[in-house]
Amino acid sequence: MIERLDTVDMMVNMGPQHPSTHGVFRMVLTVDGERVVAAEPVIGYLHRGVEKLCENLTYRQIVPLFDRMDYLADYNNELGLALALEKLMGIQPPRRAEFIRTILCELTRINSHMMFYGSFGGDAGVTTPFIYAFRLREEVQQVLESVSGVRMMPNYIRVGGLKDDVPEDFRDRVARLLPRLREGIEECDSLLTRNEVLLARTRGLARISAAEAIAYGLSGPNLRACGLAEDVRRTEPYSIYSELDFDVPLGQNGDAWDRYCIRLEEMRQSARMVEQCLEKMPEGPVMAEMPKALRPPPGEVYVRAENPRGDFGVYLVSQGGDKPYRLKVRAPSFCNLMALERLLVGCYIADCVMVLGSLDIVLGEVDR
Amino acid sequence: MSWVLDLALRTVAVLGFLVFTVLFLIWLERKVLGRIQMRMGPMRTAPFGVLQSVADALKLVLKEGLRPDGADRWVYHLGPVVAVLPALMVWVTIPLAGGLVVQDMRLGVFYIVAISGVSVVGMVMAGWSSNNKYALLGAARTAAQMISYELPLVLALLGVVMLAQSLSLGDIVEQQSPWPYLLLQPLSFALFLIAGLAELARNPFDIYHADTEIVGGPFVEYSGIRWAMFFMAEYVNLFAISALAALLFLGGWKGPLLPDVVWLLTKTYAFVLFIIWLRATLPRLRIDQLMALAWRYLVPLAFANILVIAFYLYYQMPGWTLSLASLAMAGIALVPLYRHWSGRAPARTRTADRGGLPKVESRA
Repeated sequence: MIERLDTVDMMVNMGPQHPSTHGVFRMVLTVDGERVVAAEPVIGYLHRGVEKLCENLTYRQIVPLFDRMDYLADYNNELGLALALEKLMGIQPPRRAEFIRTILCELTRINSHMMFYGSFGGDAGVTTPFIYAFRLREEVQQVLESVSGVRMMPNYIRVGGLKDDVPEDFRDRVARLLPRLREGIEECDSLLTRNEVLLARTRGLARISAAEAIAYGLSGPNLRACGLAEDVRRTEPYSIYSELDFDVPLGQNGDAWDRYCIRLEEMRQSARMVEQCLEKMPEGPVMAEMPKALRPPPGEVYVRAENPRGDFGVYLVSQGGDKPYRLKVRAPSFCNLMALERLLVGCYIADCVMVLGSLDIVLGEVDR
Repeated sequence: MSWVLDLALRTVAVLGFLVFTVLFLIWLERKVLGRIQMRMGPMRTAPFGVLQSVADALKLVLKEGLRPDGADRWVYHLGPVVAVLPALMVWVTIPLAGGLVVQDMRLGVFYIVAISGVSVVGMVMAGWSSNNKYALLGAARTAAQMISYELPLVLALLGVVMLAQSLSLGDIVEQQSPWPYLLLQPLSFALFLIAGLAELARNPFDIYHADTEIVGGPFVEYSGIRWAMFFMAEYVNLFAISALAALLFLGGWKGPLLPDVVWLLTKTYAFVLFIIWLRATLPRLRIDQLMALAWRYLVPLAFANILVIAFYLYYQMPGWTLSLASLAMAGIALVPLYRHWSGRAPARTRTADRGGLPKVESRA
């Protein structure tokens, strides 16, 4: 009976101007009533050719471009580039710089996950979590601002160390921030997590198995939601992560709910890491002895770092000049987006924004 | 001719009251929502931003009313009128106090149900004629949602009408002394509230607006005064459902000491604030969950409720038996509903062992 009704599928174009596509992202959905039968993600609206631009810039000029990829994880991006060059040139940054880098990166992770939390609530149809998240972000933001002087695109982590030492009251400010953060995270948790409606919306939504997730190249919280303990900070520690005590939260079902829970838990772990860093942070210089011009020896290097959105890879080929021959970035958002089409088919239209939200992409990084 | 003049004056008075109420409600909602979200809400226009909605209304009136290419001209223009008229017409028979009403009808409840059912036509017209796919989806959702929830809403009202043995709102209020119907049949009240929220398309049922999915639903193409008319319809309906809840279940204008009108408005605004609170707290359900809630739970429950009330009336049992039976039914209904939504215990994140996957050597 139903088969003979001959309904026509409708094409709905979601984005690039749409409140919940998290930037200029476009989904071309083919819907049968409220069900999605086919989905085609369209990207490239924010393409700036960052990787190509890098080939014409000196290494120090590249750092600001890295800020502008994943603009919610600017410090982490800078760290990725710094790690690559330091590895290629065999530079060991001072220990104080390493600790400050870690503190900044983990605070940025909290910032980024807070953004996820707020927008995920918005996608689900309630605006209050967004405001709560942004109040907390603001406090983190002020600490980051006191360090680098800006709220976004800090250009602070340099090859061999940091631009400057942190201000004198940095330790106090972070120490004062930590209890506020813990409190705020619990507040956000109790505001949204156990909400019956959110449970109804996210449990079992957009499930993906660990094997499939690997095949699609998912990483970060999206992969860990499938139960796989793959965290670069743990499996291939860089900087000082091997000295820190932290847990890697894992999901069980690989659904949108698990992806949400993992990010909440990661914020708590990040706060733990920041606390340890504060205790262990030594005094000393923040910049290694560096040559005037950065001319890494010919060769190639690939480094991985755990960004808030996943496994951030930098592949750098040098031919000995002061500019890279080729600089390729493995952007976690881009790779995570690959699974979107598979996850959307069979969903309801209402779920599309939540599935996209649960993958937590940043378009600046997808398009680059 | 004096009765014509009298009627005209009453109508104008009610219309004025409604316009004022809508402006006040919008301001109140923004203010309360702001405070819940630790914001100030409107602050700039007059002290506490009290003139914010006046300014907004003025802006909307002055704005150009756009009609998209390919929109069905007449249907597009008539949509908002068809939506707002029933919302206003309902107020003909909703009293603000004993005698303070345009026309108390013997078939009052029936009239309200019949007239308010027309509103959905206006919204479907708007969505259908806009030549926009989001609007079309919104229209389809509107039709599904409004018609599905009309059933439990009417059945909940039927329970009250059966007890009161009258369709007149005035009579129903008089019947509620000393005990309001809330105590006598809490289940009807719960059904009315849930179905009422769905009819109003407020959180968690704001499915056909769904700003983050279909960006405003049927009204997405409207601007200026036509959009304001939809907005007005929504807020008049919000006030009407709140007033009906107060009249039918909380004893209307009955209350000690204070004047009748004050009592009714207090009770009405209590509901309004409750609905605003829900908006700040609850995410949105999905359309299939919404339909399942109506047809699997609310409608059967409403019929069972009617049956129990019929037994109660036929055998003339004492009032507390009905209260107990009503509460028991509500309790029983909650169990499968709760199971349906959150059967499994929420997953907690596990903690990885140190080590995790085998180390991957990176190329250097």
